[in-house]
Amino acid sequence: MEMKLITLKVNGRKHQLALPPNITLLRVLREHLNYVDVKNGCEKGDCGACTVLVNGKAVNSCLMLAWQADGADILTDTGLGTSQNPHPIQSAFAEAGAAQCGYCTPGMIMAAKALLDVNPHPNEAVIREAISGNLCRCTGYGQIVRAIQMAADRMEAEKAAPGGEA
Amino acid sequence: MLAEFDLLMPATLDEALSALAENGPGTALLAGGTNLVVDMRSGRHRPRVVINLDRLEELRGIRCQDGYVTIGSGVTVGELLENRDIHQYAHALCQSALLFANPLIRNRATVGGNLADASPAADTVPPLMIMDGEVQLASRDGGFHWVPLDSFITGVRKTIRRPDEVITSIRFPVPPAGSDTAYYKLGLRKADAISVVSAAVRIDRTEDGTVGRVRIALGSVAPRPMRAYAGEQALLGKRLDPESIGEAARLASEAVSPISDLRGSANYRRQMACVLVSRLLHQISSRTAGQPNEE
Repeated sequence: MEMKLITLKVNGRKHQLALPPNITLLRVLREHLNYVDVKNGCEKGDCGACTVLVNGKAVNSCLMLAWQADGADILTDTGLGTSQNPHPIQSAFAEAGAAQCGYCTPGMIMAAKALLDVNPHPNEAVIREAISGNLCRCTGYGQIVRAIQMAADRMEAEKAAPGGEA
Repeated sequence: MLAEFDLLMPATLDEALSALAENGPGTALLAGGTNLVVDMRSGRHRPRVVINLDRLEELRGIRCQDGYVTIGSGVTVGELLENRDIHQYAHALCQSALLFANPLIRNRATVGGNLADASPAADTVPPLMIMDGEVQLASRDGGFHWVPLDSFITGVRKTIRRPDEVITSIRFPVPPAGSDTAYYKLGLRKADAISVVSAAVRIDRTEDGTVGRVRIALGSVAPRPMRAYAGEQALLGKRLDPESIGEAARLASEAVSPISDLRGSANYRRQMACVLVSRLLHQISSRTAGQPNEE
């Protein structure tokens, strides 16, 4: 199999690596670049644990070949914020108790991010629809939905506040 | 890890068609990967060569011109939902797109891929059938040609597409004013469901309020998504009333040939085909009651 030099921009950082054709974006992120916040769940597009944003759209990274992502802008959960400086969605998940075992959390957060990017005021039905490709087997979805609502409210308040993020 | 294969990354449709013609059998076409990558991982599909289509500009975009709405085969199911022409002219297709798998899959799965996969449960097929959809196929040696969607899928995961052909577009004629469509997907859960039965119905009314054109299409009740012609005939020239609707639904459910599987029994599917067709016709009937001529 031929190797090909692939460029991936992950969380703002550019990576170039030679890859075979039969490797998915998920495996490259985890095993080659150590973005282990991207979880490997079912590896067939059912669970959403591997959700990342590719050029702004939430996708299952397990279903995309790395070659298909060549040149793409990829955002994972760690690219959103850190423990010291968390993104409002991440803080809201922590405060609302939206993570139990935590395995689905990075994917949930990325699905929430994709939603709030296009719809800053989602109602509950819209939130539930937006995370319908992400499975949680511990908490149930109540706290997750509440966390996303909380994050939406705070992000709006921040935007409205003088000196807040543009 | 996936089994080994060669991956070709053509930049133009011409390159893709040449690559396909040269590589022949054993070549798989890749777009969103929501079926193919899963099948390659499970070993159900072991292509020697994979041709990636997701960079081809020629397969993108939705256009409305010359009396047709034309959807590039590489348009994602999610993109259908963002398009005004689809909303305006093919309400049922929008409804099916909204119930298609989940948002993550919708961002990658393409309309062309859903047709090529040719599942009896393919969500976009009944809504495209009622619009008299056509599929455009292209090959290096045969050029472009259109085939009716109705005859494109020939059986369970079988189509008339030759191994050297690529689905390039799907089109349907812009419906006349006063045309109305409706769709229902019966699944075992709200999201990420495979349909137990799906139905799409279209009614074009004449000026006197009778049915001028009627289409009834059903999914998951036969080896391929099917039109219920006898049910359609029963409504032609009639008014939509409980009697004509009941007769059409009964005839539609008589035409199905479902199997029993883990999602439902054949008997259940047959009965639900009747219920769904009846429900959708009643929906259309109540929507247009009192406002017969919108133009």
